[in-house]
Amino acid sequence: MAEKVLMKGNEAIAESAIRAGCRFFFGYPITPQTELAAYMAKRMPKEGGTYLQAESEVAAINMVYGASAAGARVMTSSSSPGVSLKSEGVSYIAGADLPCLIINIERGGPGLGSIQPSQSDYWQATRALGHGDFQMVVYAPSTVQEMADLAYGAFDIADKYRTPVMILGDGMLGQMMEPVELPEPRTELPEKPWATTGHGNKREKNIANSLYLVAEELEKTNFERFERYEVIKANEQMSEEVDCEDADIIVVAFGASSRIARSAVRAAREEGIKAGLFRPITLWPFPTDALKATVGKAKAYLSVEMNMGQMVDDVRLVVEGAAPVDFYGRTGGVIPTPAEVLDKIRQINEGLGE
Amino acid sequence: MEEMRVVFAGFGGQGLLFAGKVVAYAGLLDDHEVSWLPSYGPEMRGGTANCSVTLSDEPIGSPLIMNPNVLIAMNNPSFIKFENEVTPGGKIFIDTSLVNKKPEREDCEVFELEATNMAEEAGLKGLANIVLVGKMLKETGFCSYETIEAAIRKTVPARKAALIDKNLEALKLGMQ
Repeated sequence: MAEKVLMKGNEAIAESAIRAGCRFFFGYPITPQTELAAYMAKRMPKEGGTYLQAESEVAAINMVYGASAAGARVMTSSSSPGVSLKSEGVSYIAGADLPCLIINIERGGPGLGSIQPSQSDYWQATRALGHGDFQMVVYAPSTVQEMADLAYGAFDIADKYRTPVMILGDGMLGQMMEPVELPEPRTELPEKPWATTGHGNKREKNIANSLYLVAEELEKTNFERFERYEVIKANEQMSEEVDCEDADIIVVAFGASSRIARSAVRAAREEGIKAGLFRPITLWPFPTDALKATVGKAKAYLSVEMNMGQMVDDVRLVVEGAAPVDFYGRTGGVIPTPAEVLDKIRQINEGLGE
Repeated sequence: MEEMRVVFAGFGGQGLLFAGKVVAYAGLLDDHEVSWLPSYGPEMRGGTANCSVTLSDEPIGSPLIMNPNVLIAMNNPSFIKFENEVTPGGKIFIDTSLVNKKPEREDCEVFELEATNMAEEAGLKGLANIVLVGKMLKETGFCSYETIEAAIRKTVPARKAALIDKNLEALKLGMQ
């Protein structure tokens, strides 16, 4: 077993990405993500890779587009306002069916917002990071270990489905240190016969492009892409359940807020309240199948988020009115406390007795 | 072990994040669950800085500590900010070289030492943070001396390896 080391979430993502074979990083500094770029600046040259601080987020994402088209494992990272700037490029990458990893270490918004942790980019990540008909796989790690593991696996998923993949973290996860066991460096990477690497008159040319002048052709590629999304939905949903089997109240929370929810659920159990935690690990595809399996058994749901209530929509879509779905959140960079969440659980529990 | 929730608080530049990392590494070496969370706001540029370190045998919920059972305070504003957050029965360590506010908590164990002055007099300027870690180790016994020494060796960056001995000296000074 590899030695456990103490690392910040930001650093663990960076190291793990390098071990997954990522050799190109294009970014622009922004709190609370900066350590990720700083780590890449230090490490990437030692691996023969490229670290480049672009002139802007827009430039960085277009460099990602180019490197991905050429078949490289490539990533960029930023925090909320910077991710918004990347949105046009992400849409182009999705439109050209290219793989890459995008990291969002969220901070409070909208606008320049705050620099404290937040989860208020859930809608942006799962609904519309850019214009047009597309989705991307979104992972929501809740520990530094999971940040390392998901970053490592994200490149495989991106390559397999030829799609951008996002890791949606936040300032708390990016800044905190925990013990982490890093994955073994990859020695073999998948072939990319579609890459624009120069045909040398030996094969048909490859083209990376998102422009279609004939509407029917674009419709056809969109249809094909959405068929792939159905495969992703069927195969890639990930979630964790804690004490959900006999739970009256299921708290649904992801990322940093799931840690707080976990403490609250444990405290509720100690008081004799039958609470459980359902933690989506993929936000898109949303773990509909696993959550659906709890519907009909649980008497109430509570979505806990560091925003004004975004994932709660997806919970309601799964629960379909079979039980009340409540929301508790703090926003702007304020972190909810386990005591606040416990109060909310107690309130719901009292309501169940009526 | 009983969960230990330590808040290190003071000015930016006093080495509070480093001291927190030493304690976190000790927890890692002893196979505990560990989390370390810094304040990373504008306060890092000279105002109050603090970090939260939790050592536990249960998975750690929020790494942000709201109710520490150990407080290490290295200036007045942070002592004022955190004194009343400490849980009853908790331990409070104050660097009285820099904190002149008198402690008011009677339900906590309060340890006052002139860590900054002690460090300077011993030729260990800038290591009051580790003097306080030494004192905290002595009063809580949260790990063995061997563990904390190994943690210091892990935490001091390779390019500053010359400072390991100074850190160990500071640690022992605090443990006296």
